[in-house]
Amino acid sequence: MTTLRVRIRQSLAILKGLAVTFRYLFRPPVTVRYPEVKRAAVQPRFKGRHWLTLYADGMERCVGCELCVIVCPSQAIYVRAAENTPEHQVSKGERYATDFQINELRCIFCGFCEEACPTGAIVLGREYELASFSRDAMIYTKPMLTEPYPGASGRDPQREV
Amino acid sequence: MIEIAIVAVKSALLLFILLTACAYMTLLERRLLGKFQVRYGPNRVGPFGLLQPLADGLKLVFKESFMPAHVDVIVYWLAPAISMVTALFVYAVIPFGPEVMLFGQRVPLRLADVNVGILLVLATSSVGVYGIILGGWSSNNKYSLLGSLRSSAQLISYELALGLAVISVVLTAGSLSLVSIVEAQRRVWFVALQPLGFLIFLIAAVAETNRAPFDLPEAEQELIAGYQTEYGGFKFAMFYIGEYVAIVTMSALLTTLFWGGWWGPVLPGPVWFVLKTLAFVFVFIWLRATLPRVRHDQLMALGWKVLIPLGLLNLVVTAVIVVLRGT
Repeated sequence: MTTLRVRIRQSLAILKGLAVTFRYLFRPPVTVRYPEVKRAAVQPRFKGRHWLTLYADGMERCVGCELCVIVCPSQAIYVRAAENTPEHQVSKGERYATDFQINELRCIFCGFCEEACPTGAIVLGREYELASFSRDAMIYTKPMLTEPYPGASGRDPQREV
Repeated sequence: MIEIAIVAVKSALLLFILLTACAYMTLLERRLLGKFQVRYGPNRVGPFGLLQPLADGLKLVFKESFMPAHVDVIVYWLAPAISMVTALFVYAVIPFGPEVMLFGQRVPLRLADVNVGILLVLATSSVGVYGIILGGWSSNNKYSLLGSLRSSAQLISYELALGLAVISVVLTAGSLSLVSIVEAQRRVWFVALQPLGFLIFLIAAVAETNRAPFDLPEAEQELIAGYQTEYGGFKFAMFYIGEYVAIVTMSALLTTLFWGGWWGPVLPGPVWFVLKTLAFVFVFIWLRATLPRVRHDQLMALGWKVLIPLGLLNLVVTAVIVVLRGT
């Protein structure tokens, strides 16, 4: 008799479950139609595409030390450094990066490069739509990585590291 | 001559409607499951994703017809065909509406009024099981074989309960012909006279079509896809069509046997029939969205220890009442 009562309760539980799913049928979806509708901006600490930041006076922060190259676990960064000269002063250190490439396909967005950088030159921005039709286009070169103007990446150009 | 022409046109029309309906059922299911799970579902191909079945179909047709090594070739090719053809064949005897006048001809909205109609339906759907069993057997794959073995065990158990529920309806209507069964529901639908029979039939129908929560033959987590594992391209599509047509068949049978077939107020008969069938298709999807899969021993216990005794009880009560009312 008790088992029968249990079985009846279980059968009613099925109806209860059906009622729950039926209610969900009329809820607006929690997902969004992505390319047309986008969610609110990502968190401030989000790790997206890289930027090479500038000082407020327009000088490059990167001093070509290649610490980011050494720390990068997926070997996605290539840096070729050159000496600053009084006539051609690019950064505030002795050297600067004449070439700076990041392969965004290899990058795992761990943020080690940002942590390793002694001058705070390389930062991870908030852009996450990095798709492309070719592999070549995914190797970001120095003109693409450098901020168009100080603070364009969203970081304060006055900040000290 | 004119009769043959009418039947030919009706067959062609019915096949076209069924295959289209089956294609769009995949979309309906995916969209509804999306709604149940508070997401959108496929909505990219065409407005509301309405061209999605077309895209899927094209993809399946143009896929490479791959065959794994050491399969039993003839049986391997035959199995999906059996699965699809038997599922479509059932529609020969299901009535969609009363006789109507079209172009001065009396056209009954059914392909054939076989006097043992319901028997034919049960027999054909039993043959359909061969598609699954042979598909699993010939694929030379342990998952396929396990899936088809489960399927045969499940279908044998539930066909009995299904048959018992059907016999009760047949006793109530006094005929094996599906047309006569619908005619007998002119005043009272059989769901009111046979509520237990309806429930047994509904549960058995879900199990017969291998749908959740009785989808053990194709349990993804354990068996990949059961008997379908080694199939791809259009052979897979044929299994799929068979499965979805079987769902429509069971919904149509539920409508015919218990919910008065084409009877209904205001709207014309075929519209009522389609509406009721669609309602049951929705129930199938609703169940899938709600219930988790049962264990195999639970499945067997439900079939043999609950549904068959209840079906027998229902049958005995029905028979006694029919005899008492007859005298």
